[in-house]
Amino acid sequence: MSLLQISEPGEAPDPHQHRRAVGIDLGTTHSLVATVRSGVAEVIGDEQRRPLLPSIVRYLPDGGVAVGYEARDAQADDPGNTIVSVKRFMGRGVADVARYGALPYRFVDAPGMVAIETRAGIRSPVQVSAEILRLLRDRAERALGGELFGAVVTVPAYFDDSQRQATKDAARLAGLNVLRLLNEPTAAAIAYGLDNAAEGTFAVFDLGGGTFDISILRLTRGVFEVLSTHGDSALGGDDFDHAIAAHWIARHGLAAGDLRDTRRLLAAARQVKERLTDDAQADIHVTLSYGQKLHLHLSRADFQQMTAALIQKTLVSTRKALRDAKLDARNLDGVVLVGGATRMPHLREAVESFFGRPAFKDLDPDQVVALGAAIQANVLAGNRTAGDDWLLLDVIPLSLGLETMGGLVERVIPRNSTIPVARAQEFTTFKDGQTAMAIHVVQGERELVADNRSLARFELRGIPPMVAGAARIQVTFQVDADGLLSVTAREKTTGVESSIVVKPSYGLSDDEVATMLKESFSHASEDRDARALAEQRVEAESLLASVRAALARDGHLLPDHEREALESEIARLEVEKAGTDHRLLKAGVERLNRASEPFAARRMDYAVARALTGQRLDQVSK
Amino acid sequence: MTSSFVSTSPDFSRNHFELLGLPVGFSVDASRLERGYRDLQSRVHPDRFAAGSEAERRVAMQWATRANEAYRTLRDPLARARYLLQLKGFDTEEESNTSMPADFLMQQMEWREAVAEARAGRDARGLERLGGDLLEARGAMLDQLERALDTGQYDAGASLVRKLRFLEKLEEEIDEALER
Repeated sequence: MSLLQISEPGEAPDPHQHRRAVGIDLGTTHSLVATVRSGVAEVIGDEQRRPLLPSIVRYLPDGGVAVGYEARDAQADDPGNTIVSVKRFMGRGVADVARYGALPYRFVDAPGMVAIETRAGIRSPVQVSAEILRLLRDRAERALGGELFGAVVTVPAYFDDSQRQATKDAARLAGLNVLRLLNEPTAAAIAYGLDNAAEGTFAVFDLGGGTFDISILRLTRGVFEVLSTHGDSALGGDDFDHAIAAHWIARHGLAAGDLRDTRRLLAAARQVKERLTDDAQADIHVTLSYGQKLHLHLSRADFQQMTAALIQKTLVSTRKALRDAKLDARNLDGVVLVGGATRMPHLREAVESFFGRPAFKDLDPDQVVALGAAIQANVLAGNRTAGDDWLLLDVIPLSLGLETMGGLVERVIPRNSTIPVARAQEFTTFKDGQTAMAIHVVQGERELVADNRSLARFELRGIPPMVAGAARIQVTFQVDADGLLSVTAREKTTGVESSIVVKPSYGLSDDEVATMLKESFSHASEDRDARALAEQRVEAESLLASVRAALARDGHLLPDHEREALESEIARLEVEKAGTDHRLLKAGVERLNRASEPFAARRMDYAVARALTGQRLDQVSK
Repeated sequence: MTSSFVSTSPDFSRNHFELLGLPVGFSVDASRLERGYRDLQSRVHPDRFAAGSEAERRVAMQWATRANEAYRTLRDPLARARYLLQLKGFDTEEESNTSMPADFLMQQMEWREAVAEARAGRDARGLERLGGDLLEARGAMLDQLERALDTGQYDAGASLVRKLRFLEKLEEEIDEALER
């Protein structure tokens, strides 16, 4: 099969300019890194050419960290320090985690996100995920022969803002430049769509280790447009393992509670589940602590019966996604199965009968997300070639809103809105002389604030005292192309303003990330400074190059005085670049960025105006 | 972390129609609308500037947001009518002006009662039938709206928008009831 042929190597506009970019599928049970080489997307394997990396991190007695197969092999012996399926804890609180049932970890109720007590100290899911990402980054840099320009990291389409923010923080902590957070089903659609030159409306059914997504997409002439998405960010192949383990515990009257035994039973359940894909019966022997030997057995029929409710849940979500897209299951042009859990025959049959057609499965369901992410990363990095001018239009999965009087939610941006999207809503004070207003941002579909996820709280202060109802407070929500939200509140009669990037309750502040990054380098401080300086120089050079290129092309758009001002800022940064203080250089980069913004705005206005003129000419010539 | 996310405003002086290369008016050619949106988005989308400077990425996000807003508004006939009326200086007063002709109000109440009844009786088929009736009524009203707006009868148009908003709310209620 001609896997994802994108272009001939010689087609790149300037092959020397090729930037190293990767796509990373940070999965619940496995993670992968892929890249586009010579126009072909491929997964980068380990030394033994194994493509998958088990998403398992073990904190070792000697202070080191093991990630992947080595950690997996130790999970039953050292369950408390071996973190499995950490993705399920990203951006989640203690109450969320309690719903997953018995887990062999000592959870700590850290502010915002849950954390895990290990022998290496308390670790947040962001830090654990960063270990996985760091290993994949190293693997890619070795294979590609140098530092990465950037990465596209995939997230379940149904991830909320907290989970997305946590993922982006983990990537930054691993030293990755995140080009984009990309929804997993959309990534799969890119890999499939480009390979098959598909046109029409498709469903991507993605059941991974710990998350379920269903996305409905329309593919037309190089546009991938997500019409709707639904899912469950706490439903995956793991739940099928848990169902089997629970069945055995009940059947054999086992006392639940021992951390090691829980791990052993889950590992056995997983093996049995995989065997039942091909066999009607499966048996396994497990030795529990205190030497108790167990012969465990499961038939495919029993397995199907005990997990029918889980499959039903995926179909309920699928129905909702179709409803939002205003489509009927039978009207689609195809169904794509993604994620290792879609190998289960009874799941496959249920999905195929629901849509009334066989599903596509010619790409490996474990790899397709990483391959699609790699293709998108290649394009976003600027390695664009002739055939690469497709456009991706994705949506937010869950509505965003504000708390209003009585604990009710006022919806500001409805689910399935195409991103980026901004929406403003006006509020007023309810007491005479009220000078502050509490803004509580929530995400979800329920009417009561308490039933939705709380994303952030902040206050707009300094409202001048007025009678109740006289102030006009405009709250603006902006969701960017990564699906991340920022909120601004502004009192319109006086212009008092307050804004936040929504992350205080579940994310890490920039300072926290910086501190963690520092801790992760065991080097002396001079080394750290040298590294920071080198990074800032690269940053400065790339900014200077891009502003200069823009001036050369569109300099005529600037009035003389603005052009001179910009040129003097360029000269200033050139001087700063030769210095040795990375903090000064960072400030210089920020200054030039700000100074070039009006120019960037003018260039975009010009591009749009030119496009509109072009359209009119088209119409005239018809 | 505090940051002001709109520091430079791009030139947003064009209205939604102009931005998507369409003549200002209620009747819109769906394929031209789609083409205009895609042409614009393919020039301004943040994916085109992912490797660009921070300033470029921010401007791209603002423009792509604007393109999505224009497309969302013009694609939906009710939103399009509301927007067109606003451009012509007419407020549709959907929150404040609740006066309706008596016959429309009667019809309204009948529908509302039927929805409540079907919902209480968990009568999905009844709800779907009602949804069909509403769709038909809506279609007829949109035809009237098109005639009114294309002939410059903006007051009549505003009144029709208010009626259509009533229908839309009812449709939302039916959808919600069906989802349970």
